[in-house]
Amino acid sequence: MLRILSLVVVMCLALAAPSWAAEPIPIGALLPMTGVVAAYGQMGWSGVKVAQSMEPEALGRKVELKLVDTKSDKVEAANAVSRLIEKEKVAAILGEMISGNTIAASDAAERSQIPVVSPTATNPIVTQGKKYIFRVCFIDPDQGRIAAKLAKDELKAKSAGLIYDISQDYCVALAAFFKKEFTQAGGTIVAETKFKSGDRDFTPQLSSIKSANPDIIYAPIYYTEAALIAKQARDMGLNAPILAGDGVQAPELIQLGGKAVEGVYFTAHFHKDMISTERGKKFAAIYEKDTGKALDAFSAMGADAYFVILDAIKRAGSSDPKKIREALVATKDFDGVTGKISMQPDGNPIKAMVINKVKDGQFVYVTTITP
Amino acid sequence: MNYEALVQHLMFGVTLGCLYGLVAIGYTMVYGVLRLINFAHGDLLMVSAYIAFFGIAMFHLPWPVSFAGSVVLTGLLGILIDRGAYKPLRTSPRISALITAIGLSFLLENLALVIIGGRPKSFPMPSPFDGVFVARGIHVPYLSLWVIGITGVLLVIVLLIVHRTRVGMAMRALSRDVETVRLMGVDADRVISFTFVLGSALAAAGGMMWCMKYPALEPFMGVIPGLKAFVAAVLGGIGNVAGAALGGLLLGLAEILIVAIKPEWSGYRDAIAFGVLIAILLTRPTGILGEELPE
Repeated sequence: MLRILSLVVVMCLALAAPSWAAEPIPIGALLPMTGVVAAYGQMGWSGVKVAQSMEPEALGRKVELKLVDTKSDKVEAANAVSRLIEKEKVAAILGEMISGNTIAASDAAERSQIPVVSPTATNPIVTQGKKYIFRVCFIDPDQGRIAAKLAKDELKAKSAGLIYDISQDYCVALAAFFKKEFTQAGGTIVAETKFKSGDRDFTPQLSSIKSANPDIIYAPIYYTEAALIAKQARDMGLNAPILAGDGVQAPELIQLGGKAVEGVYFTAHFHKDMISTERGKKFAAIYEKDTGKALDAFSAMGADAYFVILDAIKRAGSSDPKKIREALVATKDFDGVTGKISMQPDGNPIKAMVINKVKDGQFVYVTTITP
Repeated sequence: MNYEALVQHLMFGVTLGCLYGLVAIGYTMVYGVLRLINFAHGDLLMVSAYIAFFGIAMFHLPWPVSFAGSVVLTGLLGILIDRGAYKPLRTSPRISALITAIGLSFLLENLALVIIGGRPKSFPMPSPFDGVFVARGIHVPYLSLWVIGITGVLLVIVLLIVHRTRVGMAMRALSRDVETVRLMGVDADRVISFTFVLGSALAAAGGMMWCMKYPALEPFMGVIPGLKAFVAAVLGGIGNVAGAALGGLLLGLAEILIVAIKPEWSGYRDAIAFGVLIAILLTRPTGILGEELPE
């Protein structure tokens, strides 16, 4: 018994030994790699990996990424964040991609005072009243306002039909912000319909939108549902233009939607044709070489979350989560892949917004709107 | 709601109902014979959709070959599941088999997740199913006609098998008393295998039509139709084939019409549909066409 015990002790010492040298900095990657929004997680992760290969070190120490899958689920996200904090002892966390899961994960991180940087969680509640939660994207009140302006000015819409997912914080909030801005600008919402994540049949909702005959359909939802909704709408002769949010910018939209999603307009974080920073140009080139794919929005946002965390660690001069948090708040004019990032005290950056469109089976850049 | 809109809704409701019904028949047949709720049934739908998808997209088979292959392979998988997971538990308490069924369901889902990945794939629609025609302002996708037609034909075939053949007679007998059927010299295991083949093949037919109608293939796509089909089977009277089809039809129509009549309730669609289920079961605990069986 004693022999076994001493063997265990020796082995523990042997395993612990390298940690006396320059210990790597563990950073958690909390991403939906499977489940309903797997595309965001997988795109984000491919961007983070390329970003890490581009800048693998901070303070002379290697950055070590600890990936956990949230399965696109709120409960799993909350459990996964606890695992990152308690077991992996991460210095900071990158993620989640969607608002609902980030909100679910943020309580544990806030309590343990571990900074979280979300690439694309746009719901305002994500950072509200939280000291340790940040993001590198714009927020939904702005997105709703720009979408309403786009609907009124570009698409000349006087009436709109709404369809959104009531089980996702992102969809509910963005729909509400659009509704407020659109009605304030003199438009009317003639139909408001809802569904739940996992629903596949939207024909009754779409029929009621069709009978209200709106000028446009506003669908602030995720890519799978957006593709199916576009398909079912076109099949029943509902041909009003579809306007959507940043959630539809996944290749699945076009693969599943095919011809039905042609002409879909949406507000977005990024398009590779708008890259303006040095880091962005370099990153896009490396990304295309490494993956053989054109740089997409969620990969670019994932990379930006990584770069912002790395920059904060460098400026903090330490891997202490509290010092990283102080440095994150002080982020100013940081040259990100998707543009300049300056963090405000509430954890939200000031970011430009992009308008994209689906044309000939591609995401096409239309314009950039600076706040 | 005007006349055209009503007909349009009825058409969509019947289509959805037929899909539920088709899957529900498989559920109800296995239950009728084994008194086992085969929770992996919905996942067979997912497996069949992937088989058909890979047949067309990867091996470039013509769609009829791919579809037929999918039906056959899913049927074989049904036997495999029965032989591997349920047969050893035939004499164990019923709850063991039920837990095994849930375990199998998770196994199939996660296996698909590991092998294929979690991002949805688009199902290539064969041309005879593609397209829409408009008649008197009503938009009818060709696929809806196929779904209704195929479900009707398969229902008739299954009813003929159950009520007009020897194996069907054995199936009905098994649902009454397994031991007595064995004493009569019937090979119960063969009959059970046959039930699984038939049920799984129906799930496969439902799966392929489901993924043509809602072309997003992902490892968990079988969960919702599986659940709804189970509800449909209970609603119609579990163990009764015609009841399962009827239950599916009612559930599909209820889901569509509730949202059609009250669009503002669209978020409560499932709640209301399941509320209807509870109400029906409170008044008829054995389901609409179910009969009480002596224990």
